[in-house]
Amino acid sequence: MTWIHHIGSYFGLLTRAFSKPEKRSIYWKLFVEEVDKIGVQSVPIVALLSTFMGAVITIQTAAQIDSGWIPAYIIGFTTRQTTILEFSPTIIPVILAGKVGSNIASEIGTMRITEQIDALDIMGINSAGYLILPKVLASVFIFPVLVVISMFLGICAGALIGEFAGVVSFADFEQGIQYDFRPFQIAYAVIKTTVFAFIITSVSAYCGYHVRGGALEVGRASTQAVVWSIVLIMTFNVILTQVLLL
Amino acid sequence: MIEVKDVQKRFGDNHVLKGISAKFETGQVNFIIGQSGSGKSVMTKCIVGLMEPEEGSVHFGGRNFTAMNRRQRKEIRKEIGMLFQGSALFDSQTVLENVLFPMRMFAGMNEAEMRERAEFCLEKVQLKGKNDLYPAEISGGMQKRVGIARAIAMNPKYLFCDEPNSGLDPKTAIVIDNLIREITYDFDITTVVISHDMNSVIEIGDHIHFLYEGHLWWSGDKKSILRSGNPELDGFVYASQFMKQVKQHL
Repeated sequence: MTWIHHIGSYFGLLTRAFSKPEKRSIYWKLFVEEVDKIGVQSVPIVALLSTFMGAVITIQTAAQIDSGWIPAYIIGFTTRQTTILEFSPTIIPVILAGKVGSNIASEIGTMRITEQIDALDIMGINSAGYLILPKVLASVFIFPVLVVISMFLGICAGALIGEFAGVVSFADFEQGIQYDFRPFQIAYAVIKTTVFAFIITSVSAYCGYHVRGGALEVGRASTQAVVWSIVLIMTFNVILTQVLLL
Repeated sequence: MIEVKDVQKRFGDNHVLKGISAKFETGQVNFIIGQSGSGKSVMTKCIVGLMEPEEGSVHFGGRNFTAMNRRQRKEIRKEIGMLFQGSALFDSQTVLENVLFPMRMFAGMNEAEMRERAEFCLEKVQLKGKNDLYPAEISGGMQKRVGIARAIAMNPKYLFCDEPNSGLDPKTAIVIDNLIREITYDFDITTVVISHDMNSVIEIGDHIHFLYEGHLWWSGDKKSILRSGNPELDGFVYASQFMKQVKQHL
């Protein structure tokens, strides 16, 4: 299939996915289930990564600053900027693309090869809407929450490791995280995360929905979903940063 | 009644269906038989709308299904039940939830009425007491029966069964065959069974369509299929040693 065919097919699938639901109460139930599956079940991995990365950013920044001319609060400032601008809104979605994206592609792909999607279509149910819409809406809703949790834990971990490792005091770190703080940077991070959430779920669902063949193809679709999600996240990261920050 | 008129389907250079016309009568178990690759599954997918025929049309009770838009087709699809080759049960739902599923999506019934209907369907396929089991916890034969229960849950006018006996032992296969026949006669529906199992054809087939190289090669009832004199059909019907012995006693 050509690129143009894939792009057309992707938007065709999205059009079907966003058409009027058959029964709102069932879609609402699915949405809540997906929030749990995509969001709540991802909290441990997000918390673990954010805590360690926040700590590492603080230690690495401290290690780079060996000049007495640079104030200690710069460590807190750098940790905050790195976490809010890039680590939490970009790296966390990349990691979630691996966890959530592959899961969505393999789930929908398996339903395709075992004729469960055909069964939905035969019943007169819009299979694209039933399978994809709740996942997309749930991820768009819950990813920003995960990213805000990630920011908080990353900065807290940085403050703790700075104090306990003796590289920066709480007071200096606190001064750093308050220094030149622009609330729009949080909005920028949330906007980026929302776009990345949409990309991860819709691209992964597209890869799974169009699987043909057997288990091998499901595995391949799962890999493609992760690869394409990451490529698109990186591309849109550049575009959104250019548009929102400059 | 379902009527198929001059249906053609190609995949690139591969001309799978070469102008097939057939009728499937109400209250009968209609079979589509043929060798692997003869176009049975493609024809069925064209009938139910999972594939679009390039030419020709499909009519459900006189209504031209091929010419309908998505919304109009949705109404017809509510009248269709289908048993898939691999049952196609939803893994994450229990037996009862699978049967309730189409009713929850479309039927204007309250929960108690839906449960009553689902229990009735499960009883019809002799699966009482298995409500809370998941598809992975029941046998292949039971999965097929749950598939039938789900297919009849919405009280369909048309029932499609794709290879209902594949992967089943002969005894269980007969149970499934008898269920299909019983449901067809009890509810007076149009049943279409896609199969290459001659035992099923002889057991429950009322009307049989034989596909050969993309053509409708032969149509008739189960008595005449054994004495058709058609070399391609005979080659299919009497392929096994058992059927060859049957032929000697005809």
